[in-house]
Amino acid sequence: MSAGTAPPEAPVVGPETIEGPSGDGVPLLEVSHLVKYFPIKSGLLIDREVGQVRAVDDVSLTLSAGETLGLVGESGCGKSTLCRTILQLLEPTSGSVRFEGRELSGRSRKELQPLRREMQMIFQDPFASLNPRKRVGQIVGDPLRLHGMASSSELRAQVQDLLERVGLSSEHYNRFPHEFSGGQRQRIGIARALALRPRMIIADEPVSALDVSIRAQIINLLAELQQEFSLTYVFVSHDLGVVRHVADRIAVMYVGKIVEIGPADAVCENPIHPYTLALLSAVPIPDPKENAAREPLVLEGDVPSPSDPPPACRFHTRCPAATEVCSEIEPPLVDYGDGHLAACHHPQNLDRQRIAAARIAPETPLEAGDAMPQPGSHRLTSE
Amino acid sequence: MAPPLLQVKDLRVRFVTEDGTVRAVDGVSFDLRQGEVLAIVGESGCGKSVTAQTLLGLTRSPNARIEGSVRYADRELITASDEELRAIRGEEMAMVFQDPMTSLNPVYKVGDQITEQILAHSNVSEHVALEEAVRLLRAVGIPDAERRAGDYPHEYSGGMRQRAMIAMALSLEPKILIADEPSTALDVTIQAQILRLLELLNRDRGLAMIMITHDLGVVAEVADRVLVMYAGRIVESGTLDEVFYDPQHPYTWGLLGSLTRIDQPHAEALAQISGQPPSMLALPEGCHFQPRCPHRFERCMEVPALIERDREGSGHSDRCWLDPDRKRELRQMGDRIGLEVPAA
Repeated sequence: MSAGTAPPEAPVVGPETIEGPSGDGVPLLEVSHLVKYFPIKSGLLIDREVGQVRAVDDVSLTLSAGETLGLVGESGCGKSTLCRTILQLLEPTSGSVRFEGRELSGRSRKELQPLRREMQMIFQDPFASLNPRKRVGQIVGDPLRLHGMASSSELRAQVQDLLERVGLSSEHYNRFPHEFSGGQRQRIGIARALALRPRMIIADEPVSALDVSIRAQIINLLAELQQEFSLTYVFVSHDLGVVRHVADRIAVMYVGKIVEIGPADAVCENPIHPYTLALLSAVPIPDPKENAAREPLVLEGDVPSPSDPPPACRFHTRCPAATEVCSEIEPPLVDYGDGHLAACHHPQNLDRQRIAAARIAPETPLEAGDAMPQPGSHRLTSE
Repeated sequence: MAPPLLQVKDLRVRFVTEDGTVRAVDGVSFDLRQGEVLAIVGESGCGKSVTAQTLLGLTRSPNARIEGSVRYADRELITASDEELRAIRGEEMAMVFQDPMTSLNPVYKVGDQITEQILAHSNVSEHVALEEAVRLLRAVGIPDAERRAGDYPHEYSGGMRQRAMIAMALSLEPKILIADEPSTALDVTIQAQILRLLELLNRDRGLAMIMITHDLGVVAEVADRVLVMYAGRIVESGTLDEVFYDPQHPYTWGLLGSLTRIDQPHAEALAQISGQPPSMLALPEGCHFQPRCPHRFERCMEVPALIERDREGSGHSDRCWLDPDRKRELRQMGDRIGLEVPAA
């Protein structure tokens, strides 16, 4: 059975569709102006809504088939909420999510059921994401059974095949999760996500809870599986080193917004947004000489709360390049060429030509201003 | 050279459990000098935290068997009474833990928790102690310290809680700070702030530090010397540069080779260490790393000693049977250190 490889129906391309960076074909996933607010309620008998947590606030991005998008940001920046809203595990407040041209938001559970097969998730904590009372065979086989993709006679063979594919042994079929180490449990989680032969896998911090020597094994396994099953990944992590290694493109989030998105090497070598610069500079390099040679840009203060985000540019309270305009007008998401976008009034690492040739990207938030950044303003020392 | 501040010799910690005896720490020796930052790296369960906690007598319990020697200022801490240890904790050696939320008491104000510690160890008035607490909070970078001292821990962010923990650890002006994964639970930009603070304390006050971490990036940033632990034993020890640029143990090669770095573009596949870390209840015979080591040979079934490599006394030592010349040949795979590059 290879239901997952059935040809997709001809995707409907909307007029506002933005092509992926490669320019070939239709994007697999299109997120436009996605918003997810959580209400803050208070009151003794009647719940009054007293505020909102703006977890995801007008995010747009596209993903081509076979590509890996790295999503980075600090805790509370909304990266996990964005993933869950894309998968419709959370209902979006507004905005649209299209998978192969099909609109996902606003659909009923039943309508979403067949689509769930195409989009799976791998979770961070391999201890919490597996049911301790179920045997491995059941954990990995349940998705197949629920989606009617394997008869009971085939089920065992299929699950054992999957277990071997992720580097476990077919004898592990009857074991319980507690009999495995963290790395092995993450392999079980990967086998479960893979069972339905999805087109896209969202991996939410898949290696963060693992030991250093196991991390490389799992990263390599995910890369092999991507090749073998032509998977598209959204790889969420707070670890920029890991993201740089796995991702084709990187999106950087800060308090519910995408502040920079672009090809992985460009984002890491020539970051445009001061926040990306600070994030890169904060990651210690495991090489004493390289580390000593760097001039770190240490940010003051803490990440603001998404329930009370700063006005206009949300980074202005901690940004060393911030000026008056940053607290007054939200910067638009500007396209600086080669698919490298950033939302900042004082972009870094750009020459005059690139700033002059820049234009506002279609992904820009609806409430953002339309003022283009001026060249030569506020250079921060990087590296 | 001045005598070391702290001398640990052949430290062994065993825990008797229902399933058998766990040799959590198996013959660990090291010196810590004045003003030095020593990093102990290794994966979960390698014994790095148990080593650190044992220094302060925190692993004492009816089912723990602790042997060896920990000497601090002519005092033997392994055999010291609980009372003697209590005088040393905080005043001579203080500890900062990984998770600041669980190490602060949620029902007391932060300032009061620091004040309590000062009052327990010295004869000052409550008022003076509170002033001292505020001064400490200011010194570790808590903004508006006077007011924030009256806040409860939940009103602090993660980074501020860790700063408060450091302030508390510093309150009795210890000579040694033991930091167990102090920045692991924090975001990267906050981790950078905490590491910077620890570096300043080391530089300006000459505070000696033992830094327990699994993150080689953090090690590269703060450490002077490094101990690499695997399954309860030190497998390699040396200066920062020795361990990073001339690593001798295949486990160290594997750790360094399997890292992802932000300053390096996408490699095809990461070098990886195969297999799983061993169960501490059923340790492999001989060299504990031998089942995962691609270079093992017959001799690895015997326990190798921790041997100093050169005679110049730098102290760079490792625990491996391989011939040093052979290691030099093996170590370079392609243009990077590493154990095995998986077949594409």
